Amino acid sequence: MQNYLLSALTFIPVFGMLVILLIPRDKSHVVKVIAAVTTGLQLWLAIQLFLVFDRTTTAMQFTEHYSWIPAFNIEYFMGVDGLSAPMVLLTALLSFICIFASWNINKSVKAYFALFLLLDAGMMGVFVSIDFFLFYIFWEVMLLPMYFLIGIWGGPRREYASIKFFLYTLFGSVLILLAMLALYFYNDPHTFNMLELMQTTYDFEFQKWVFLALFIGFAIKVPIFPFHTWLPDAHVEAPTAVSVILAGVLLKMGVYGILRLNFSILPDATLWFVVPLAVLGVINIIYGALCALAQTDLKRLIAYSSISHMGFSLLGMAALTSAGMNGAVFQMFNHGTITAMLFLLVGVLYDRAHIRDVNGFGGLAVRMPLYGGMVAIAFFAGLGLPGFSGFISETLSLIGGFGSAHSSTTFRWLTGIAVIGIVLNAAYFLWAYQRIFLGKLNEKWASLPEITGRELFTVVPLAVIVIILGFYPMPILGMMSETMNGIIEMVQNGAATAIQ
Amino acid sequence: MDNISSLSYFLPEITLVVTILVVIVYDLFLKKGESVYTVYVTAAGLVLTLLTLFSSYSDVQRSLFSGMVAQDPFSFFFKFLFVLAAFFTVVISSTSSEMKNRLHGEFNTLILAITLGMFFMASAKNLLMAYIGFELVSIASYVVAGFLKESRRSSEAALKYVIYGGVSSGIMLYGFSLLYGLTGTLDISEIGRLLSEGNAGGLTVLVAFLMVLAGFGYKIASVPFHFWSPDVYEGAPTAFTAFLSVGPKAAGFALLIRFFNTAFVSQGSVALSEWLPIEQLDWPNIMMWISAITMTFGNLIALKQDNVKRMLAYSSIAHAGYVLMGIVVLTQDGLFAMMFYLSAYYLMNLGAFFVVLNISDRFGSEEIDSYNGLVFKAPFIAICMGIFLFSLAGIPPTVGFIGKFYLFAALIQSGPGYYSLAIIGALNSVVSLYYYARVLRAMFVRGEAAEASPPISKTPIIIIGVLAFPALFLGLYWAPLAGFAQASLKILTGH
Repeated sequence: MQNYLLSALTFIPVFGMLVILLIPRDKSHVVKVIAAVTTGLQLWLAIQLFLVFDRTTTAMQFTEHYSWIPAFNIEYFMGVDGLSAPMVLLTALLSFICIFASWNINKSVKAYFALFLLLDAGMMGVFVSIDFFLFYIFWEVMLLPMYFLIGIWGGPRREYASIKFFLYTLFGSVLILLAMLALYFYNDPHTFNMLELMQTTYDFEFQKWVFLALFIGFAIKVPIFPFHTWLPDAHVEAPTAVSVILAGVLLKMGVYGILRLNFSILPDATLWFVVPLAVLGVINIIYGALCALAQTDLKRLIAYSSISHMGFSLLGMAALTSAGMNGAVFQMFNHGTITAMLFLLVGVLYDRAHIRDVNGFGGLAVRMPLYGGMVAIAFFAGLGLPGFSGFISETLSLIGGFGSAHSSTTFRWLTGIAVIGIVLNAAYFLWAYQRIFLGKLNEKWASLPEITGRELFTVVPLAVIVIILGFYPMPILGMMSETMNGIIEMVQNGAATAIQ
Repeated sequence: MDNISSLSYFLPEITLVVTILVVIVYDLFLKKGESVYTVYVTAAGLVLTLLTLFSSYSDVQRSLFSGMVAQDPFSFFFKFLFVLAAFFTVVISSTSSEMKNRLHGEFNTLILAITLGMFFMASAKNLLMAYIGFELVSIASYVVAGFLKESRRSSEAALKYVIYGGVSSGIMLYGFSLLYGLTGTLDISEIGRLLSEGNAGGLTVLVAFLMVLAGFGYKIASVPFHFWSPDVYEGAPTAFTAFLSVGPKAAGFALLIRFFNTAFVSQGSVALSEWLPIEQLDWPNIMMWISAITMTFGNLIALKQDNVKRMLAYSSIAHAGYVLMGIVVLTQDGLFAMMFYLSAYYLMNLGAFFVVLNISDRFGSEEIDSYNGLVFKAPFIAICMGIFLFSLAGIPPTVGFIGKFYLFAALIQSGPGYYSLAIIGALNSVVSLYYYARVLRAMFVRGEAAEASPPISKTPIIIIGVLAFPALFLGLYWAPLAGFAQASLKILTGH
């Protein structure tokens, strides 16, 4: 089993999709059950991977290596290390939960779940591919279901939001494609194998251009200011489960790509770019938080908070310290779980009230105490309160930023500014909570029903994970730390050899 | 090889000619309104042609009819495409409502004649032969474009086509005569040899080149010789538009590849995988500009179109621009990418136009609004169209992506001088997605759930499926097609 674990993780959803396509249109319940079983199986495999994963090595594990198109040296090459393994776990977890969050979809059920499973396969494929070409195929395959999921099942402005998402990401993708080809032809013999691409020393001028092309491609996905404008639209219009996937997994792919490709393959350009990267990170933190403060639409608020939270990841990795790197990747994982919770909870409210205006509620805690409690946990986790996992990763990122060995004065100033972001985060979350749950009960919502068992089932596991990791982060941190040190070493050494 | 012994290698062409004659005679015996039966004879003739193509395929280069025609893998590659395109077109047009009660005998004869002309274009080694093939395709096309006699659009299309075609082939002929004046021969490789010796004056060569380009540019519909194409594509019977957009366009490219890489390449400095343009003329640079302008223009105008047929007409202008990217780098890989892309383009563009035909048969309109909710009315067609459009936009896992990938790869491999063209090409893909997505949006996002409407005839559905399957499958495993294209090139370039 272990030999084919990654292929199984990636293609089980495809198999599930094919089964769903064979089921008659009117058996929508069967479709949902199959989707749940498929993703459940995937999650079970991901947990196996989590348990068996060797935490003491930086090498790729569970590798599968076959030739695909020999004439162009394209390979079917998969593997995971400490950077991708947490993401695989996150993807499987959120996909499983999202199937249940989509339970009350009733428009073209069959197509919805088929596309959702295809999306799942694409995301998983991105994280486990080590062949750049394979990575790119999965990266693009993901776009198609996402476009339709937003476009067909989205809110009132779904047509606009879906095409905007599609065009933005495709723009990024073609730049990645060109950079990929440039790397391929620079190496002799030509190769798409990322591990081999990392061995080569590239000309600095070449590195800069390729770095920028890759960076813009990934920055759109993160999204990094000023490429973020698709995100609020897509989030607001997407159905709940798709918002969860979008924030929980898709945004991580941008950071993952930067770490896997930009950092590992182009060390000199990375050193050249760390200060701009840190500045962009801080802009994300502050700008995202300020925008979130100004929002009244709850989903839009969380969308901007995502931008802010991803900023911590950027700052942490730009610092190139052990604490910063671990913080950055841990923040990716935590943001995945926390934001998923936030979107799921907003979905719960929206399903009942059909509005998401923060000012339209008030005093809901009286009617829905359990729901109010869950939201409180999610909000506190989101604002980075100690005891929740987000606190640890944000702190690690900031410690890392403060201790950066490169341009240390600049980094200290930047980290200082970034800390303001934490205060702003607290402000908008608390303010939103106050307006929705506290104060006088808005009579219009006096009859809102309490959160149901199915909805709790989607949120509670995430809350448990967030709290456990808040007290004992080692299960995830331990997975990544060796690989993070490896990447730092790769950047430093690569740059050092170039200077000689 | 002399004329008599050449005949034995000429079986596919002879089969085509015989089919043409049989169809004409058979049509005479049919009553009015029965002419649609000629489709059986035509289709059988095309299948026979395909079989003779298979049987006479060989990977040696032969020069037939005292050096007029070449028989090589390169021409075989294109001939396969032409025959298949003609076959699908003839079959699908026999079921389409726009061709109902029309003169199918004439239509089929003309399609066969065009196919024969394209065979000559793909294999001509002599400018005279090239011109005959060229005109055979053009003149028959003028007639078919105006086939819907009572439709003003169709008549306008035919007239525009004649005028543009006449002018550009006149200019091209003048260019040929200049080349003849410079070198004293019409044989393409002789011209190449004499030009690369550098005896001819630079300016005259440039003028001759530009004039010849006018003819080729008109056939492949590249800017600034494209003006005829949107109107003709929109006005002509849709089945023929589909054929026109892949057949004659590919034939134009075949001729262009053979001609430029033989006549305008310096034969003194042949390296293994790269070669140089002749000294007096920096034609790759000119082609680079034409390529960039063609794709940008086609895509930008397509953004504004509400008629899907016309939108695809502009999109096929843009695709000519993409294919041209392959020739500017002057490498084996560039030509290979062009051939791969042309076969990908063949599948997806033919398929997309056939869907347009099918939709207008069923719902009576080519406007984008008539595609609303297609996924409910005709799910299979909608999904196939989705595959074609994603392939046209170059999104994996479709064959269109692999085609673009090879084109970009050829550019990037040739060094930083070509990066700018690669970036323009890449950005154009993003622009093109916007208008393809408008059709996708109409098909999948808009419109209410409705009852599936049964198709009038199963034949078009089968053909569309037959084209959609490889468009998807070759996106996942394209080694066979790549191998075939690679093998077809070896002899042409002689490297």
